[in-house]
Amino acid sequence: MALLKRLVELDRPALAFTLDGEPASGLQGDTLLTAVLTNSEHLRGSDFSAEPRAGFCMMGACQDCWVRLGDGRRVRACSTLLEPGQVVSRDPGRQL
Amino acid sequence: MTTSAQPAVVIVGAGPAGIRAAQTLHQHGVNACLVDEGLRGGGQIYRRQPENFRREAKALYGFEASKATAVHQAMDEMATEIDYRPQTLVWNAENQRLDVVRDGRADAIDYTHLIVAAGATDRILPVPGWTLPGVYSLGAAQIALKYQGCAIGERVVFAGSGPLLYLVAYQYAKAGAKVVAVLDSAPFSAQCRALPALLGQPMTLAKGLYYRAWLTAHGIAVHQGATLQRIEGEKRVNGVQWQGSGPVQQLDCDAVAFAHALRSETQLADLLGCEFQWSALNRAWLPSRDSAGRSSVPGVYLAGDGAGIMGADAAEMAGELAALALLADNGKPFDPVRSEHLQRKLGAIERFRHGLETAFPFPLEWAGKVPDETIICRCEEISAGDIRATVNEGHWEINRVKAMCRVGMGRCQGRMCGLAATELVAHCSGRELQTVGRLRGQAPIKPLPFGLESQP
Repeated sequence: MALLKRLVELDRPALAFTLDGEPASGLQGDTLLTAVLTNSEHLRGSDFSAEPRAGFCMMGACQDCWVRLGDGRRVRACSTLLEPGQVVSRDPGRQL
Repeated sequence: MTTSAQPAVVIVGAGPAGIRAAQTLHQHGVNACLVDEGLRGGGQIYRRQPENFRREAKALYGFEASKATAVHQAMDEMATEIDYRPQTLVWNAENQRLDVVRDGRADAIDYTHLIVAAGATDRILPVPGWTLPGVYSLGAAQIALKYQGCAIGERVVFAGSGPLLYLVAYQYAKAGAKVVAVLDSAPFSAQCRALPALLGQPMTLAKGLYYRAWLTAHGIAVHQGATLQRIEGEKRVNGVQWQGSGPVQQLDCDAVAFAHALRSETQLADLLGCEFQWSALNRAWLPSRDSAGRSSVPGVYLAGDGAGIMGADAAEMAGELAALALLADNGKPFDPVRSEHLQRKLGAIERFRHGLETAFPFPLEWAGKVPDETIICRCEEISAGDIRATVNEGHWEINRVKAMCRVGMGRCQGRMCGLAATELVAHCSGRELQTVGRLRGQAPIKPLPFGLESQP
């Protein structure tokens, strides 16, 4: 299930990536946020109740869209463009 | 401060203010270093889509297409001639040095003169359920569409207040998204009262009226004096509750965009030691500046929404004006008539801004009504009840409240919750809003990657 709905700019090359180890597909020019949320419904779990979060401000301010890349980097999904073959994993969060 | 040496100018932020400031300096023979977090210049309201997207400016920016294009053109014309640094975060500022990070690598930039044009984020008054997937700020909803060609869901409710509310709802409907309803917390009577002040900028007023008329003409429900009360759902949004003058009503939807206008990004001005003053209009402490944009710190200038919310047109003027002030302060030739002209135009926009505040009044009742269980700080998951309990223990200064209950202490450093927390503390302690203080800026002003590499 997707959270975001693509309306326009659909005619772009597809880019394959993996999301939590599963194959997924985005489009060239997608942010990681768009790529993940057109394939699924959340980006991370919150730090104190592990509730699903899917970003909020999309402008690099709220810090609620961090995901982990295959090389170990943690990046804001809203401000990072998808690259082909990227390995993206989501932090399940923590419960108190 | 007159000096014959060439000033080393850094501009932070490549939105309308930063771009016009850089362009003005460039035209006067001063090449600034323009540092911006964004991928491509333009800022938020004139944010540019990725290079492989094909929509025309008209589809992205509507009535503002020619303004957006002009700002982008100014950026493109000087981009290779100035020291333009995109995707670069300024995370600290002191003693004529900025600490920056790009692609995980740290660097420092020295300056003699600095123009801070850091912009704004949405002003958020939380409601229960606002952390659910599918809930975004109004600005975010617009970015999803403009920058990524996406809607935030299949069936979207727009709520809150301010000019962005009708604009984004209109843009969504126009792009083919299903807009379930627009819930404007401002009553119609407020908008009538604001008319005399709004008539000072008839074009802007006409655009606002046009968006609303268009929505109504296309069968989209627009409710005024309507308060978003609760967002419902388990793992994602499935509906909202709202209330007008009658009983609470329910709407099915899978996404919500909400905000009450904008708030300024003031952390850098704070780290730089700029004096702040209370702005009743913005309900916030803002860095002081003179009519040309000089802060209280010599060599530091402020422009655009980061120094007080005035909108994109004013930001362009304020950026140019700050650059002219900088040139004047360095004994460079500049056109004083142009400077006076810009100050007059900014004065007219400020009167309009007062009209907007009347048309879209801040919902003063929010702080008293927000239920205890509402998460206010989404980073640290601190509720309205936690904050009220802290106030009831005798704390009322916002940084003290932060120390006691961790509201505003998370990764966003209070960007999303700080204003709401301040409103709550003031209401609960019975104090005037300006007396509870403001959250202090702390370096790094945004999170840095662990294992940051520094330049050799």
